Amino acid sequence: MSYVKGLKCRICGASYEVEPLAICEECFGPLEVDYDYEAIRGNLKKADLDTRSRTMWRYREFLPLDGEPTVGLHSGGTPLVRADRLARAIGVREVHLKNDAVSHPTLSFKDRVVAVALSKAREFGFKAVGCASTGNLANSVAANASASGLPAYILIPHNLERSKVLGTQIFGANVVPVRGNYDDVNRLCSEIAGRHRIAFVNVNLRPFYGEGSKTFGYEIAEALGWQLPDAVVVPMAGGSLITKIYKAFRELEQIGFVEPAQTKFFGAQATGCNPIAAAVKAGTRDITPVKPDTIAKSLAIGNPADGYFATGVIGETGGWSEDASDAEIVESIRLLAETEGVFTETAGGTTLAVARKLIAQGRLDPDSRIVIAITGNGLKTQDALSLDELEPIEPRLAAFEEFVSGVTLAA
Amino acid sequence: MSRTVIIPTPLRRFTDGVETVAVEGGTIRDVFDHLETRFPGIRARLCEENGDLRRFINVYVDGEDIRFLDRLDTAVGEKAEISIVPAIAGG
Repeated sequence: MSYVKGLKCRICGASYEVEPLAICEECFGPLEVDYDYEAIRGNLKKADLDTRSRTMWRYREFLPLDGEPTVGLHSGGTPLVRADRLARAIGVREVHLKNDAVSHPTLSFKDRVVAVALSKAREFGFKAVGCASTGNLANSVAANASASGLPAYILIPHNLERSKVLGTQIFGANVVPVRGNYDDVNRLCSEIAGRHRIAFVNVNLRPFYGEGSKTFGYEIAEALGWQLPDAVVVPMAGGSLITKIYKAFRELEQIGFVEPAQTKFFGAQATGCNPIAAAVKAGTRDITPVKPDTIAKSLAIGNPADGYFATGVIGETGGWSEDASDAEIVESIRLLAETEGVFTETAGGTTLAVARKLIAQGRLDPDSRIVIAITGNGLKTQDALSLDELEPIEPRLAAFEEFVSGVTLAA
Repeated sequence: MSRTVIIPTPLRRFTDGVETVAVEGGTIRDVFDHLETRFPGIRARLCEENGDLRRFINVYVDGEDIRFLDRLDTAVGEKAEISIVPAIAGG
C-alpha cells in the first residue's frame, strides 16, 4: 500500500494530486512527495525489515509507488565501508565510505533514483522515458529502460567522457548529444517534455525521482546500527542528494527508528563549478549560476535547481561547503584507491578532497564519526587520470628482479 | 519572424494552451509587460511582488541565461527566442 498523501510545493505549500508534475503552478517552486508518517510509524517496525532483501526496496514505505516496484529491483544495498587506513591518512578517528561505486546495474547512485522514476513512469502509463544527464543518469536510464523494454531518449552535453557515452549507447538508447553544457541540455529537455509525452525522469518525474536518493541515507543509518553519523560529506551537482539524505534522517527520527541527532551536512563541489559552495561561503542561500569548467563532469551543473535547498540544509545543520581544484580531485581519487581499494570517479575525488580541506580548516571534527558519500565509479572517468606509462619486461626471473630492485620484497 | 516566447507548461493555462507566443518589447521587462497585457495574471507567476524574477524560474534569450546578461533589462533582439524554464533537477 502507498503512504503518499499527494504532492506539495516546497515553497508555497500548495497541494496537488499524484500526477507527472514537477513544478508548482502558483509559484514555480518544486513539488515534493508528501507522506503520512503517522501511518508509517504505526505500521512499520524494524523487525519487518529482517525478512526483506538487502536492496533499496526494503524501505518501500518511504517511496512513492502505488504498487510493487517493476524497475531496478536489485538496486541499493551498497556497502558502508569502515575506512581505517583512509582515516589514518587524513587524520580522523572514524570514517566510513558509503560506496555506490558498486551500485547495480550502472555503478552510480543514480540507479536508486531511476529505479523509482521508471517504476513510477510505468504506473503513470508512459511508453517512453528519457533524461537530461551529465553521464551517470544517462547510463542508468538507458540500462533500466532496456531491461524494461521502454524506448529511452537520453540528452547529454556533447563533451562528455567517452566511457559515459559508450555506457549509454550500449543499451540501445537514443543518445542525443547537444552542443552546449548541462544547463542547455536541461532547458531543451524541459521544452521537449512540454510537447511530447516522454517521462523525463529529472524533469516531469522529478518529485518521484528524487525520493530514490533517500535510500542512500536509510542505508547509512541502518548500517551504523540505527544511529545517525556526526557528519556526512556529500558531492553536489544539482544539490538534490544532500537534501534527500537530510530528509531520510529526519524521516527515520519521525518514525522512531533512530534517536534524534545533530548530523552536520557538508557539501562538496569542484572549484570549476562551485555555485553552491560559493553561496555558502558568501553567507547566502541564493545561487548565482556559473559556467562550468572542471574535470568533475558529473558535478558540472552551473545552475543547480536544488541549490537553494542544499544551502538551507548546510546552514541549518551547522555544516559548510568547500570546493576542490582538478589537481586536488585527482590526488584524492588516488588516495582513496591506494588506502581503501575503492576506485571512485571525479565526483568521489571531489568529495574526499573537500573532506580533507574541511578537516584542515577545523570545520570537520576529526574526533567525530564521518560518512563520505562515494556516488560513482572511477572506471567511468578514466579520461581524467594519467598514470605512469608501463614498460614491459622479458619473461625472465632476472628481469623481474631488476624491475623491483630498490623495492624491499617480503622474505 | 518576430520575437517569440516559449511558454512553459505551468503557464499555458494563461495562454489557452498556446505554446509559442509572438511578442513585442526591447527588453525582458518590456516583454513581460506585453505578456501581462495579453494574458492578465501571468506576470505575478513570473515575478515576485517587488518585481524581481521568481527564484525557481530561468529565463533565456537565444539560449543564454539572463542572469549572465542584464537580467530583466536584457535586450531582446527582433528575432530573439525567449525561453521561460522552471529549474530542473541534476542528472
